[in-house]
Amino acid sequence: MDDVTPPRQRQNFFGGFKLTLEHLGRPAVTRQYPEEKRPKQPRQHGRHVLNRYEDGMEKCIGCELCAGVCPAKCIYVRGLDNPPDHPHSPGERYGYVYEINFLRCIHCDLCVEACPTEAITESKLMEFSFTNRSDAIYTKEQLLVGDDGRPQHMPWEDWRPGDDLHTSGWMRATAPAGNASFEGEVQWSGELGYGQRAPEAGQSGPPNDAATGNKPLRQTLERHLIPSDMPANQRGVRGIVTRGLEKARRFAPGASRRNHTARDEAYDQAIKDADTEQGPS
Amino acid sequence: MGLEDLQHNFLTGTLEEVVKWSRRHSMWPATFGLACCAIEMMSAGAADFDLARFGMEVFRASPRQADLMIVAGRVSQKMAPVLRQVYDQMMEPKWVISMGVCASSGGMFNNYAIVQGVDQIVPVDVYAPGCPPTPETLIHAILTLHEKVRTGEITRRHRDDRREPVEATPAWTPEQPDALHVGTPKRIASIARSVGEPL
Repeated sequence: MDDVTPPRQRQNFFGGFKLTLEHLGRPAVTRQYPEEKRPKQPRQHGRHVLNRYEDGMEKCIGCELCAGVCPAKCIYVRGLDNPPDHPHSPGERYGYVYEINFLRCIHCDLCVEACPTEAITESKLMEFSFTNRSDAIYTKEQLLVGDDGRPQHMPWEDWRPGDDLHTSGWMRATAPAGNASFEGEVQWSGELGYGQRAPEAGQSGPPNDAATGNKPLRQTLERHLIPSDMPANQRGVRGIVTRGLEKARRFAPGASRRNHTARDEAYDQAIKDADTEQGPS
Repeated sequence: MGLEDLQHNFLTGTLEEVVKWSRRHSMWPATFGLACCAIEMMSAGAADFDLARFGMEVFRASPRQADLMIVAGRVSQKMAPVLRQVYDQMMEPKWVISMGVCASSGGMFNNYAIVQGVDQIVPVDVYAPGCPPTPETLIHAILTLHEKVRTGEITRRHRDDRREPVEATPAWTPEQPDALHVGTPKRIASIARSVGEPL
């Protein structure tokens, strides 16, 4: 049997305290949720949206496949023939009732997989709660994206920049069955507000984080890094000073209002970036 | 603390704000993790999300010391009376968060074994959707509840003209403010006595 050298901190009684004291100088890992959100991974499932084509037509054709595949039976759809004088969708029919009960939905994304027209996708928003049951049943008017192609914001939802940028329909477009010959090919139609989005980088090639919106683990968990991997301004005494200044900025008088404005600006900027990056060109 | 029985005046108005502030900032949850949602509830209490920022870090094992019951997970028919008993043992004022779709409506378990919504057993204040909800969703629900506590009224306001007069029906009292919960054994007994029904 190999001789296993015990870790250094176990070698004597005070070793354990050494580990504790080491952690005393490290940055706190806490995410201050109401002030900031965790970075969202692009394949996270959140609140649904109903998409529209670039000309404003609804994508939903009322086929009820999503309702059929839903394991929680939380979707209720009724289709109706399009009125010939002003059709809602390019097809023959459209969904005139579309309701999702978010107190049943388990966000499995099977409806997104089943949808033949990419009408229903999921955004990244999970920060919402209800004070009564009727709020939880989203009607078609609430699910459908607005005239700018962005999801509508309900009063009980907490939208931040980036929550609506990489919806599930975008990531589904690259061969969900794993067929490599479809990688890198756009297989879906343009969306209102986004145009035709660039294809997600394939799973066989080198990862392209900028295109997919993926965040490296190092960026997501930056506060859990070992000291040698930490950014220079977070280490030791310099880190304490940096974090102190950050905290002072956060709790300064009027900081809450300023942060709010900064958040709105960041939201506008994210939308602008998305337009210039992936807009119709 | 007996504040609910006071008449409203300028003194109790200020006191009410203080009481609501303190209730909001030290709302101790009872441990009621039933399924996978409990993992996310623990995660919300751990360092990454740190419920201690809201004064909620102590998950009390004794319902007598808890103000808030976070029903985290699916409630089976067998667990339902236990849950109701724990709720009854909690001291007033008490609140309930129904965490996750299983607790809120049965979720995908639409069968004979699971209670289809915990609000059939206890009055629920805030529903947190998700399967399971992320810690952010739970914190959002908690902040919603804080807002509810902040805006709710805890003193009786008999001459409040904003409230429409409602005809009294048996076993239901019309002048209950929103922040009060009906259903403790003592109150049920008093209602039954006032109506004249045998208990």
